[in-house]
Amino acid sequence: MKGFWATYLRELLLLRKRFLRVLLSMSINPILFILAFGIGLGRELYLEGRPYLEFLIPGLISASSMLQAFAINVEINVARFYLKVHEEFQSAPISVVSFALGEIFAGITKAFLSTFIILFITLLLDKLSLKINFLFFIVVFLNAFIFASLGLASAMAIRAHSDQTLITNFIITPMMFLGGTFFPTNNLPNYIQPLVEILPLTLVSNTLRDLSWEKPLSISNLLWLILLSIFSFLLALFTIKKAKD
Amino acid sequence: MVRKDFTFIIIYVKEIAISISNLKKSYGKVIALKGISFDVYKGEIFALLGPNGAGKTTTLRILSGLTKPTSGEIFILGENLKERELFVKTQIGLVPQHVNLDLELTVEENLIIHGLLFKLSYSEIKRRITELLELASLTDRRKTRVKELSGGLKRRLLIIRALLHSPKILLLDEPTAGLDPHIRRKLWSFIKQIQAQGTTILLTTHYMEEAEILANRVAFIFAGNIVAIDTPTNFIKSLGQVALDIFINGEMFTRYYPTREEAERALSEFNKNYTAVTLRKVSLEDVFMKYTSERLS
Repeated sequence: MKGFWATYLRELLLLRKRFLRVLLSMSINPILFILAFGIGLGRELYLEGRPYLEFLIPGLISASSMLQAFAINVEINVARFYLKVHEEFQSAPISVVSFALGEIFAGITKAFLSTFIILFITLLLDKLSLKINFLFFIVVFLNAFIFASLGLASAMAIRAHSDQTLITNFIITPMMFLGGTFFPTNNLPNYIQPLVEILPLTLVSNTLRDLSWEKPLSISNLLWLILLSIFSFLLALFTIKKAKD
Repeated sequence: MVRKDFTFIIIYVKEIAISISNLKKSYGKVIALKGISFDVYKGEIFALLGPNGAGKTTTLRILSGLTKPTSGEIFILGENLKERELFVKTQIGLVPQHVNLDLELTVEENLIIHGLLFKLSYSEIKRRITELLELASLTDRRKTRVKELSGGLKRRLLIIRALLHSPKILLLDEPTAGLDPHIRRKLWSFIKQIQAQGTTILLTTHYMEEAEILANRVAFIFAGNIVAIDTPTNFIKSLGQVALDIFINGEMFTRYYPTREEAERALSEFNKNYTAVTLRKVSLEDVFMKYTSERLS
């Protein structure tokens, strides 16, 4: 438990030192997307009988929480390759699980921070009828858990800091644009749809949208998210063990 | 009449803190360690002395659990490192060659994180921080961000961080590399102070002077092999007391003699056929040169 707390505390202390900068940088993207797509492009647009902004906000929350959770890879890379602080954790008598959970919860914390920023911006926009309940936050948590685990796994799997950009460019950025964030995935050509439907972000976007539109929760989506959480966590543990050398 | 002769034999058995046998490490085709073996006794300062790439850091990384060995056995305070890695880690404090501190965090925050990693209670962490900051003369820097500390202070912080959980063994990887002579000397006395408190120290260095001053015993490591192990005094004695460096036709030759008189006598035999000459005390560097040039040849 102390190993988890030490890892998490380090990230919290670093976050505290840069809190204002982090908060501002987390706010820029959602504000731009809301202004450009939600208000500029989508003012007169309705999807499934609802204003486009009501479609966009749950998608933005899923994309933004994904990005922030996954972005722990940058911090881990800096700690591993530049500051070499990671060695301090490797030489400590802590389990791989407690280290992994400490890093993942740091990613989850940042993901929730970005979620709250978007929800705060949403409050400032009138005429939106989105319902946010406890299950909504559970899904955000699972999304953050999956992508923080994948961020950790990718940070431990790479051999040089520059490799990280490749993963972000080839996996995260396409997922952000195709994973049901900005448009319904059934608008895509038939041959792409099956691939897009199984992306974790698509599941999260659709589930968050259903919940905020007061539709019943898809249990199969939730189960998939739980399975993906377990798989990504195991992948993170495997890469940490392998990174020793 | 019965004669009774009693002979008392007192044998001092030195307790072993670290025992390494036939340790090998390969990185792909590169062999970093070719089967080294040595013991470090409790309470001593043991120096691994060798050039860059000799295998010093690899040895320390394996001992601290950062790198997995290819083969070989390691016992730390009688415990097998492979079988009881987590326990062994609690007995070791590692001071790496590079400054791996969180530069954005304060001195105290860095130490708190280390304390939690080594499972100390908050009250214990606070107590040890106060004690160690005092030992390292860093008390007034408790709330200073690490990035604002000088190189020497960062090194001292690295050492006290490694001592925070009261390890029985301290591993120092090139502890004074890149520091100026004044700070280096201050660190030497700091390291001696730590030894005086009962801590076993295994250090790596490529500074011969450092090993000569600090170490109780020295092992020369060269190209992944331990070439020789002894005390600095014995090593120096084995060569002689006086070294004669003679420069002839742009080349330097060094000869060793038991006394100054013998060295001067030998010098006279050169009939001034040299461009320069230096008469000096034999140092550990001479011993190192001897062993490594033997290996090279």
